[in-house]
Amino acid sequence: MNQKVIGLSGDEAVAYAVKQCNVDVVAAYPITPQTIIVERIADYVNDGEVDLEYIPVESEHSAMSACIGAAAAGARAFTATAANGLALMHEVVYIASSLRLPIVMAIVNRALSGPICIHCDHSDTMAERDSSWIQLYVEDAQEAYDTVIQAFRIAEDPSVLLPVMVNLDGFIVSHTLQDVSVLPDEVVSEFVGKRQVASIDVAGKTVPMMLHPDNPLTFGPLDLFDYYFEHKRQQEEAIKAARDVIKRVNEEYYKISGRRYGDGMVDSYRMDDADIAVVGLGSTMGTVKEVVDEERSRGLKVGAIRIRSFRPFPVDQLLEELSRVKVVGVLDRSGAYGAPGAPVYNEIRSLLYDLDKRPAVLGYIYGIGGRDMPPELVKSVIRDLENALEKPPETKVEFIGVRE
Amino acid sequence: MIFEVRWHGRGGQGCWTASTVLALAALSEGKSVQSFPEFGPERMGAPVQAFTRISDKKIRMHCNIYRPNAVVVLDPTLLGRSVVEGLVEGGALVVNTKSTPSQVKSSLGIHGVKVWTVDASRIALEVLGREITNTPMIGALVKATGVVKIDSVISAVKERFPGELGEKNATVVRRAYDETVGE
Repeated sequence: MNQKVIGLSGDEAVAYAVKQCNVDVVAAYPITPQTIIVERIADYVNDGEVDLEYIPVESEHSAMSACIGAAAAGARAFTATAANGLALMHEVVYIASSLRLPIVMAIVNRALSGPICIHCDHSDTMAERDSSWIQLYVEDAQEAYDTVIQAFRIAEDPSVLLPVMVNLDGFIVSHTLQDVSVLPDEVVSEFVGKRQVASIDVAGKTVPMMLHPDNPLTFGPLDLFDYYFEHKRQQEEAIKAARDVIKRVNEEYYKISGRRYGDGMVDSYRMDDADIAVVGLGSTMGTVKEVVDEERSRGLKVGAIRIRSFRPFPVDQLLEELSRVKVVGVLDRSGAYGAPGAPVYNEIRSLLYDLDKRPAVLGYIYGIGGRDMPPELVKSVIRDLENALEKPPETKVEFIGVRE
Repeated sequence: MIFEVRWHGRGGQGCWTASTVLALAALSEGKSVQSFPEFGPERMGAPVQAFTRISDKKIRMHCNIYRPNAVVVLDPTLLGRSVVEGLVEGGALVVNTKSTPSQVKSSLGIHGVKVWTVDASRIALEVLGREITNTPMIGALVKATGVVKIDSVISAVKERFPGELGEKNATVVRRAYDETVGE
């Protein structure tokens, strides 16, 4: 396969992938813990290792605005941010997806203030959950590298044409150096190809759907009760279509790299005969897999399901896997204050409603503001789920690892 | 089997660099690795920690290290009971100090771990002209634990610090390796 293994942090792995993906424009503003990504890309540009237009902007709002302009002109555009930076971008995040622009953005997940906290939780991206961006959450630096490469293919697929967020856990993944296998430049370049632009018919003439002086088009004009609803309706079809594309790209990437992540949508671990499933996002699920092995060795039938694609949500896969278990524990690294539970829990409870025989679903909110999730805490969750096998509790959503 | 190391130093002494060079040395031997600093604001001179994980299998654990197999202390002024917190039974405490291992053991009142000492400050002053103790303490850790080959560390050091600086650091690593004693 001719891959080399190098030591990279999650942030460095993202930058390395961007360097290889024939990106035309990067517009970005630094924010901890994402800063290393944009610094490394700036180094690559400065050292002549990559030929792209680097726009150092004055805010995240401008970063996304510049990416929107670039992508509308047919460029392949990338940016990265975290937490408050993403929040400042919020308005234009919606515009990027509404204009169906296949921008790729790395988010280094960090608690959204306040008080200011630079550490990991998923409150930043959960606030963009309904923006019609595809959201992929990775487990480690290797997957961050692999997923950035896949993200361009997914975003630019003609049946999708939506932007993609690649989410990696702040510090835990972004600042941890690990062994990362990287593909040769030419292999990645061929895999992602050049950005393809869709064609549309304008006044009897077929033209590329991009800003160009030869074929003037307007992007994002006023759209009232006459067509706005139809445009929103199409976004739902597009993000649904992304499910198959995410799976296909996961398999195609496997062919060039030898690496795949479950079916692309979910990464299931030892679920075949499981009575108990632990479901969650991101790096914590690696720790959960380790604990699952330990629990299995003492005979407990427990498995783990890492949701890789939170948007689009892996409806079919989760229904299939969870219909076979008795108890589900859902780990959430963000709150949904005032809601019945937290974001992942709420989705799963809703999803399982139609089953004739539903498993018990218990929710655990952990790791807010970077609070560590050690194996002992995972074990305490599994003990709780084991007890629920005998005697399922009534609705239960609990904060764990916190002073009460 | 995962081998876990906790490094104690002061901000600016290169704790994370030591952790990372060790990880890169292990990576060159085909191991799976993690190296991470104590997350948070970095303050020059304040006590800081860094962490290394080394394993034959892909590392999936993504949390802090609570039960290290080895603890390395870069700065003698940090030596106290707290540095051995969580150190596994039979683990290695590797200290930059002029004291002998038995003196360290009795001053800390610890049992059940093996203590290794080296005067890394003196080696660094003699070779580098500055009291930079991160690279010699990698040599000391390797002597104490054999977690990687010393030649892998020397190659990793030369890659990390090109030219004369790399050569000097390689000398420092080798000398610390040779001079480290344990009991």
